Amino acid sequence: MSITMPTPASDVAAFETLETEHPAPNQRAKRGYRTLIWVFLAPTFIGLGLFTFIPILASMVLAFFRWDIITAPQFVGFQNFAQLFVNPTVGISFLNTIGFVIVAVVVQLAISLALAILVQSRMPDWARTFFRSALFFPLILSAASVSLVMSYLFNQEFGVINQFLGLFGIPKIGWLTTGLGAKIVVLLVYVWQNFGFTFLLFIGGLAAIPKEVYEASSIDGATGWRQFRFITMPLISPTTLVASVMAIISALQIFDQPYVMTKGGPGDETRTAVMVIYDSAFQQLEFGLASAIGIVLTLLIMLVTAIQFRLSRRYVFYG
Amino acid sequence: MSVIEQVHRPSPWMRIGSVSKYLVLLVAAFLTLGPVVWTAITALTPTDPATQTSQFGFAAFADVFVQVPFWLFTWNSALVTLLIAAGQMLSAAMAGYVFARFDFKGKNLLFALVLATMMVPMQVTIVPVFMLVRGMGLADTLLALIIPALPTAFGTFLMRQYFMGMPPELGEAAEIDGAGPWKVFFSIYLPLSAPGLAIVGILAFNYHWNEFFRPLIMTISEENFTLPLGLVSLQGNLGSGSVSTVLAGVILSMIPAIFVFIFGQRPLREGLTAGSGK
Repeated sequence: MSITMPTPASDVAAFETLETEHPAPNQRAKRGYRTLIWVFLAPTFIGLGLFTFIPILASMVLAFFRWDIITAPQFVGFQNFAQLFVNPTVGISFLNTIGFVIVAVVVQLAISLALAILVQSRMPDWARTFFRSALFFPLILSAASVSLVMSYLFNQEFGVINQFLGLFGIPKIGWLTTGLGAKIVVLLVYVWQNFGFTFLLFIGGLAAIPKEVYEASSIDGATGWRQFRFITMPLISPTTLVASVMAIISALQIFDQPYVMTKGGPGDETRTAVMVIYDSAFQQLEFGLASAIGIVLTLLIMLVTAIQFRLSRRYVFYG
Repeated sequence: MSVIEQVHRPSPWMRIGSVSKYLVLLVAAFLTLGPVVWTAITALTPTDPATQTSQFGFAAFADVFVQVPFWLFTWNSALVTLLIAAGQMLSAAMAGYVFARFDFKGKNLLFALVLATMMVPMQVTIVPVFMLVRGMGLADTLLALIIPALPTAFGTFLMRQYFMGMPPELGEAAEIDGAGPWKVFFSIYLPLSAPGLAIVGILAFNYHWNEFFRPLIMTISEENFTLPLGLVSLQGNLGSGSVSTVLAGVILSMIPAIFVFIFGQRPLREGLTAGSGK
């Protein structure tokens, strides 16, 4: 999980409170406070300016140049962006990333919602605490370390997974050496580590649904699946929307798992967009190409966020 | 599901449902904890290269310190993580306080700018940040990891929310008693914001103790490696020969994170889901 952002819903709420909860206006005039305001804002704004605003502008400019640091930058127009369609490695890595995002997010959301519903159902407190902790535990580990561990577990010759499958007479699978196997492992390892995040979000969303709604519906004869379909699903939809957007944004940036476990291989089968940013900038010194790919990635993230804004206005049920 | 059980008489089907519920959860817990337990067991039973037999013991743990400067990696990781966490707590508290408590021209625009930076993925800014850090003469130093990570948009957002929850009368009362603007912040609001600061600090710890991408780019010499980078390079050097040694390193590097998980789980959970951010 790498980038942080608030939900648009809470942004809006934040801006609304901003309008209504004005601090005492007399503080505006006080001299000492003016100094304090600028001194207190300075570290954050100098920092964000130097390390986010200027870099993003620099990236936008750099994306139109060819630059290897050593020789002078050369203007190339949209050539770097065209690599997306011309350069097979760049193109495949984007297709891989998008395919990965779709499958990983669907799997992650399904697993985390199902487990959140089970954990929030009636059970002793100690059991709930145990399951909740156990299920989000992987979130606190380093993705690089987890990937090291998993590359041993999925090792073709001596890995525990193949040994276990061997008990059922299944021959040794080349998990990390075949295209499909490597894709499955990257997906499993990523979801294994990250489902805990959407799981926590769903737990919060489920806890906010009033018990009375379920009681009323069971008096009306609704049970099991119908309750899930007609009560849980619509009432939890704001959480589902936020969870899917955050899961998509996080999955778009996948790097650690394929870098450590497969190096993008076999061939380019598990190469992702961020791996191409890394390779083109820091292995091939194609800083312009790396910037262009980064800009495309940012545009994708902005697009997903914009869609979230629209959807949250139209379809989501705010109870 | 819980409510169905409360309202209806328990039928045999419900009992089966309840058993399978625990079964599913137990399998899920086994799958999340299993790999970690396997890592610990394998680290504790290294294979002797001479006899090819596994023996229980801490030999693999000792071997980590022989193969790589493990203490140095730990020190680097601790230094980077703690300085970033402290810096983020302070800068976020100050900026969040200003956004929550004062009114001034351009405030909404400035706050919107802070929120906007949360949409920019770090991988997009990494090339210019790398150039900038290099230009500052910080290439291949720990400062290259620390300084760019000090400002935090999400932490600022979180602390602003936190300070907005505090009554303005607190500060006003202190002002009447003669406290100046700095004193009001440092001796009244800042101490009261400790739980919010804990969230910012723990999130910073969780992220930077484990991060891999930035150290991979910003550091070149082994003496500047942080733990995740050091472990990956250890595996690269050893090949598949000494699985136990690599896994012992993994286990050791997890210890601080597990401490935070046990003693700081509440702020960790709150932080991860606060504003649905992570």
